[in-house]
Amino acid sequence: MLNLLSIITFTPAIAATILAIFLRGDDEAAQSNAKWVALVATLATFAASLILLVGFDPQDTDFQFVEEHDWIMGFTYKMGVDGISILFVMLTTFLMPITIGACWNVTHRVKDYMIAFLLLETLMIGVFTALDLVLFYLFFEAGLIPMFLIIGIWGGKDRIYAAFKFFLYTFLGSVLMLVAMIAMYVDAGTTDIPTLLQHQFSTEAFSLAGWQIIGGMQTLLWLAFFASFAVKMPMWPVHTWLPDAHVQAPTAGSVILAAVLLKMGGYGFLRFSLPMFPVASDIFAPLVLWLSAIAIVYTSLVALMQEDMKKLIAYSSVAHMGFVTMGIFAANQQGLDGAIFQMISHGFISGALFLAVGVIYDRMHTREIVAYGGLINRMPVYAAVFLLFTMANVGLPGTSGFVGEFLTFMGVFQVNTWVAFFAATGVILSAGYALWLFRRVVMGELIKESLKGIKDMDRREKLLIAPLVAMTLILGVYPALVTDIIGPSVTALVDGHTLALQAHEAASQLVQN
Amino acid sequence: MIGADLYTALPEIVLALFAMAALMVGVYGSKDKLAEPILWATAAMMVLLGLYAGSKGLDAQTAFNGMFIADAFANFSKMIILFSAAVVMVMGQSYMSAAGLLRFEYPILIALSVVGMMLMVSSGDLIALYLGLELQSLALYVVATMNRDSLRSTEAGLKYFILGALASGLLLYGASLTYGYAGTTLFTGIISTISEDGMSIGLLMGLAFMLAGLAFKVSAVPFHMWTPDVYEGAPTPVTAFFATAPKVAAMALIARLVHEAFGEVPGDWMQIIAFLAAASMFVGAIAAIGQRNIKRLMAYSSISHMGFALVGLAAGTAQGVQAMLVYMAIYVTMNIGVFAFILTMSRDGKPVTDIDSLRQYSKAEPLRALALLVLMFSLAGVPPLVGFFGKFYVLWAAVEAGMTWLAVAGVVASVIGAFYYLRIVYYLYFGEEIEPMDTVRAPVQATLLVASAAIMVLGVINLFGVEGLAALAAEALVK
Repeated sequence: MLNLLSIITFTPAIAATILAIFLRGDDEAAQSNAKWVALVATLATFAASLILLVGFDPQDTDFQFVEEHDWIMGFTYKMGVDGISILFVMLTTFLMPITIGACWNVTHRVKDYMIAFLLLETLMIGVFTALDLVLFYLFFEAGLIPMFLIIGIWGGKDRIYAAFKFFLYTFLGSVLMLVAMIAMYVDAGTTDIPTLLQHQFSTEAFSLAGWQIIGGMQTLLWLAFFASFAVKMPMWPVHTWLPDAHVQAPTAGSVILAAVLLKMGGYGFLRFSLPMFPVASDIFAPLVLWLSAIAIVYTSLVALMQEDMKKLIAYSSVAHMGFVTMGIFAANQQGLDGAIFQMISHGFISGALFLAVGVIYDRMHTREIVAYGGLINRMPVYAAVFLLFTMANVGLPGTSGFVGEFLTFMGVFQVNTWVAFFAATGVILSAGYALWLFRRVVMGELIKESLKGIKDMDRREKLLIAPLVAMTLILGVYPALVTDIIGPSVTALVDGHTLALQAHEAASQLVQN
Repeated sequence: MIGADLYTALPEIVLALFAMAALMVGVYGSKDKLAEPILWATAAMMVLLGLYAGSKGLDAQTAFNGMFIADAFANFSKMIILFSAAVVMVMGQSYMSAAGLLRFEYPILIALSVVGMMLMVSSGDLIALYLGLELQSLALYVVATMNRDSLRSTEAGLKYFILGALASGLLLYGASLTYGYAGTTLFTGIISTISEDGMSIGLLMGLAFMLAGLAFKVSAVPFHMWTPDVYEGAPTPVTAFFATAPKVAAMALIARLVHEAFGEVPGDWMQIIAFLAAASMFVGAIAAIGQRNIKRLMAYSSISHMGFALVGLAAGTAQGVQAMLVYMAIYVTMNIGVFAFILTMSRDGKPVTDIDSLRQYSKAEPLRALALLVLMFSLAGVPPLVGFFGKFYVLWAAVEAGMTWLAVAGVVASVIGAFYYLRIVYYLYFGEEIEPMDTVRAPVQATLLVASAAIMVLGVINLFGVEGLAALAAEALVK
């Protein structure tokens, strides 16, 4: 299978093209055809990605399944996966059929909706498999277009504001990265990511407009990449687009936004910032660690006060992403393992939580917490599922949420105990808002008139959420499934990082003597 | 000798003779009834000449003692100019005849202005430069007032004429200063004077005045004031023409002037062009936000795009010129698509240009709305569309030349600019519903719109060799 990665990446896009060209009309039959085509395409993509997983050798830390072709303007079309990226590909292909299933009840412009999601899947997988800077940027940015349309066309009441804010915020973050990428190209003479990973960018300090730039070019490049990934992640204080986007996006859009799109930022840190600019990463690590700690505590407090369920989960996402950045910039084995694990696990948990909100939203058409209460009386299955994911969100041992948080704590504790201390208070707060949400929505007596006729989850909803339940529990009790795959690559990344820092240290001492 | 000279300038001569012959036919024939055949014949002529220019390809020839240069750079620019002029003329034909504006002078004036443009990109001398520029401009002034019963159209033409005359004056003043200090009007002479005696202050003044005059023609800030009014006032097909071919010609002329006559002292003009570029990108992006008329909006959009093209020139390298040429080719393709769409905008049989009328257009015409969506994202420079690669190219040239600050300014401006392109998408797809626009059967325009959008998508796979041709053209100019 020489072109397996391209097949995985472009199967959804081909399905989208087929839908766009051949499907006519907007009657019930056409709508159901569109949904089935999308479902089959995403399932086929998932099946193909399973072949990828089986054929992947975790011990080999180089890029595997590499494809290389000439492309326009002297660039190369190069794809490949290593231990860090393969699980993100799997996460995306795993979640997409569920996402498609989550929009089964949509009736407004179904064909366009399916096309948007299929294109989005291609672009998301492309981000994780691209091994060329320009190709990466292309996939990274292009994802904004379908997401803008998904929020804008199928979103809630304030969808226009949210869509514009989402697009412009993330676009502004990314364009600076574009300039940095061009500067890297000019400096290294190539856009090939494996080559750039070996390239040493200058760390010689120089002055710019009267400012002394410590860490030189690496610092500037790091900052430009940081602007992009921090917004995408999102980190405090540039997270404000996320709650708006989440609240207004349709359920399926929220799922994909929380579960996959946010991970692009973390993946970017792992692929670019840490290995390519080790010295600058080291300089800025305290800043990132403290920003993460603030994010965890602050957004957890904000989440406590939310009256909108989706907004609450959105803020909790920001807090959980704080653990990820904390783990990445701890820059040791546990920290990085934990960060990747946390991203994968958060993909399942937050996706499931947004699905769960979608279930009751479909019935009651409101996301206000006060509109609910006592759902356990009429929806026992829903209550059980919601409880499981609430606990996973809190990080209860036995669920995947625990493993990620625990590993990142272990990582960061070795680097900065104070950050670990403050971040740990965030765990308590997360228990606070998550359990309180559960209490207000699910527990108690069912007294609201409007809820008297509410029905429990139907077969489709159970079917959608079952894989997520399974993954959360399996990863919770057997985390080696993930760590075995990412382990060797992470070790190589950490070793490379340490070596680069030692070399820099030695070089700067040489200068001083 | 004279035979060889004439042969070198054959395309210009043929088109000029054709225009005069068409004029005779029109005057002594049945006047405006002949307008349509003349228009088609002119378009066909331009396509043929474009193919001819393309076939000449790489061989560099000079004529009339170096006043006229036909090299790869000129041929590449001529191809874009001729093809875009032909396409714009054809797509505006139905609009013009519906509005009763299809006089037989229209294609002839366009042909004459195209002759001027071809002369501009081929000029190797200040006099030739001026003659080409004036021939182009005078024809365009008249075309802008084509709708002579409309106050706005005549106002647009008059404004364009007065400000254009001022710009020509500036240019001429700069040219005379240059002549005074260099002792010659030939580009090759000017550059050898500079390399022997250095850049004198008089030459610097001359260069600055000439650049100011030319900046007016590409509507670069701060010489852009005429653009929105003229774009709005002129009949839409004429606006489409203004937005495409003349911009390419003027941009190519700037490139030729700075590289062939002042290539020895890049530092002197790079900062001027860098300023024009940065100012155009920002003013174009910010001022467009308040526009409600799609033609005015496109005017500001083109100001911003000219800023990006100038970024390529500001780099002062062969790569920069190549980037500029690629950018212009992409820009022209996108603008043809957008204006093909604007030509079809109408309500109750009357043309409308208000962007509010686009609300929920995607329901009525899904395919056209999708094509316009693609073009808007491409204009905004969002990957994976080809518009992004145009921007990437010029930014790359700027960074390579050590002008990272200009690249940063460019990307920030492009984010501001993204807002108004997004707003059009918003109207198309999720605006509130209003009384829809007419569903017009417009096969030519719809085809061009969809084709232009398709190029923006498929170009990601293959740019049709444009970048290679542009590289050869740039090498011919920057030795």
